[in-house]
Amino acid sequence: MAGELPFEKPLVELQDKIKELRRFTEEKGIDFSDEVQRLEQKAKDLAQQIYGNLTPWQRVQLARHPERPTTLDYIQLLFTDFIEVHGDRLFGDDHSIVGGIAKFDGHPVTVVGHQTGKDTKDNIKRNFGMAHPEGYRKALRIMQQADKFGRPIICFINTKGAYPGKSAEERGQSEAIARNLREMATFRVPIICIVIGEGGSGGALAISVGNRILMLENSWYSVIAPESAAAILWRDASLGMRAAESMKITAPDLFELGVIDGVIPEPFGGAHRDLIAQASAVKTVIAEQLEQLGHLTPDELIQDRYEKFKNIGKYATL
Amino acid sequence: MRKVGAPVLKDLFGKKRKFATVPSETLARVPASADMAKEAGTKEKEVPEGLMNKCPHCGTIHYSKDLEKNLRVCKGCQYHYAMSAPERLQSLLDEGVLTEEFDTNLITANPLDFPGYLEKIEQDKANTDLNEAVITGEGILGGNRIVIGVMDSRFRMASMGSVVGEKITRAIEQAIDRRLPFILFSASGGARMQEGILSLMQMAKTSAALSRLDRERLLFISVMTNPTYGGVSASFSSLGDYNIAEPGAMIGFAGRRVIEQTIRQELPKDFQTAEFLLKNGQLDMVVHRKDMRTTLSKLVEMHTSREGVEAWQESSPLKSH
Repeated sequence: MAGELPFEKPLVELQDKIKELRRFTEEKGIDFSDEVQRLEQKAKDLAQQIYGNLTPWQRVQLARHPERPTTLDYIQLLFTDFIEVHGDRLFGDDHSIVGGIAKFDGHPVTVVGHQTGKDTKDNIKRNFGMAHPEGYRKALRIMQQADKFGRPIICFINTKGAYPGKSAEERGQSEAIARNLREMATFRVPIICIVIGEGGSGGALAISVGNRILMLENSWYSVIAPESAAAILWRDASLGMRAAESMKITAPDLFELGVIDGVIPEPFGGAHRDLIAQASAVKTVIAEQLEQLGHLTPDELIQDRYEKFKNIGKYATL
Repeated sequence: MRKVGAPVLKDLFGKKRKFATVPSETLARVPASADMAKEAGTKEKEVPEGLMNKCPHCGTIHYSKDLEKNLRVCKGCQYHYAMSAPERLQSLLDEGVLTEEFDTNLITANPLDFPGYLEKIEQDKANTDLNEAVITGEGILGGNRIVIGVMDSRFRMASMGSVVGEKITRAIEQAIDRRLPFILFSASGGARMQEGILSLMQMAKTSAALSRLDRERLLFISVMTNPTYGGVSASFSSLGDYNIAEPGAMIGFAGRRVIEQTIRQELPKDFQTAEFLLKNGQLDMVVHRKDMRTTLSKLVEMHTSREGVEAWQESSPLKSH
């Protein structure tokens, strides 16, 4: 099992032991089947114990798993006839955002998402999934086109955050994000947003003003990355775990807070363990939501989105 | 409260000593101590002022009364000191106060049960006499009715949580109902961490409200004051029909320190100042505080009365066709 996380180690060790016993049985002809059976039950219980009770920090680690499926993985499995388009028509083509048109169950839709790399070289091209203003402007251009042609928009969110750098600031990172927030509120088509990995702050929100927001079970979405929160609150970035526990950033937390509309379950051990099963679960949810939103008129869709965000926030009155 | 005179003398002596002996150890620590001095400077500003005040920028010493008369702008270097929300309203509005204040009954809760959060809110309430970090309401500017919001950096660095987001959203909705222009003075460290994801969502909420104001063809002027960062910069503050800033105001998405630490990039000296933003096409204008009232009044006047457009249409030579 490649890329196991620290908290999975006991399980991996147990599975290795089972493998070894099996090999022994085959090679030496000594019967360990009772022992194997016993250990397999133990492994099953252990897996249940680990994956059934994931802590927020463990979920953060799963969300960042190097083999975690990316936007392009889902696009390939959920849609047909995907045609990728490029560029913001103003400055450049930001590879940390991908988008285009595709068919979902035979119907044209627009797809936009953050794209992270699969290896170092790819990650450099994708800027580790952290977009510059031109990325958000490209996303906006693609979504405006969807609005023009009446295509539903499906957004996949997976970013550590908007790129914090000189070039981004010079070209108006704040303005690019802000404009997307305002414009997404005006679109006359259904917008479905799915957080598939990391939902880092404004960089995530910039393509997340949807009628429906859903999160994969082991993804996170927060006002600030846990390490950065720890750096500010306790002046120690290594306390990311503590921040993750106290800031309510997991999918179940956000569902409880009324921020998201649903949690999409993941296969045991995370989305990367079974991409096909995961994609199928995501597909079912998109189909359901599109069906529901299909009953709303364009004006009702705008109103629905407005009310959704208007209702988020907790305060008291005197 | 510290005496104002004492640190000045100490600073002078401190400097002299530095020139006398420079052990290599101290040299190595220079960046750190420079940073610390900067932090100490910020703290000094938070100290309630007495009779006199030293400009953190050029060191000019002002009588506090004179500084107030000069709209809290340093006579030496034109440094714009922070203004409280009531001071700002006083400096702008015809009557010096709002004709109607909105939503004074909204108060902060602790949705994430964040330890110590409400205690900090209570402290800031006591220190500022405000309910939260923004005042909203209707007022009169240069004879015209406007809806205005002013953020106050004394209150939790004017970070945006549920109450700030809700008050700004409701103010925008009031501007729409009353068909009035909306002006917002921002100053903010960004989204309020203690309310987590709920703070982030206020960015979407306020921006959605502005999309309605936009559709109704009503004017929105955003005035950014020092500092305007993060979630506030990346939502309503950047969405003005006119984006204005005060001279020297620091404005940006990610702070200088964050950028230096994560990307290790060298940044220009004027990085993220209002002037830097103007140069990069992010602002319409940088307006000195003494000219703010006139500038805003003029802008409002040119947009409020439909008469202007109608009168032009009446007299237009095109009309005869």
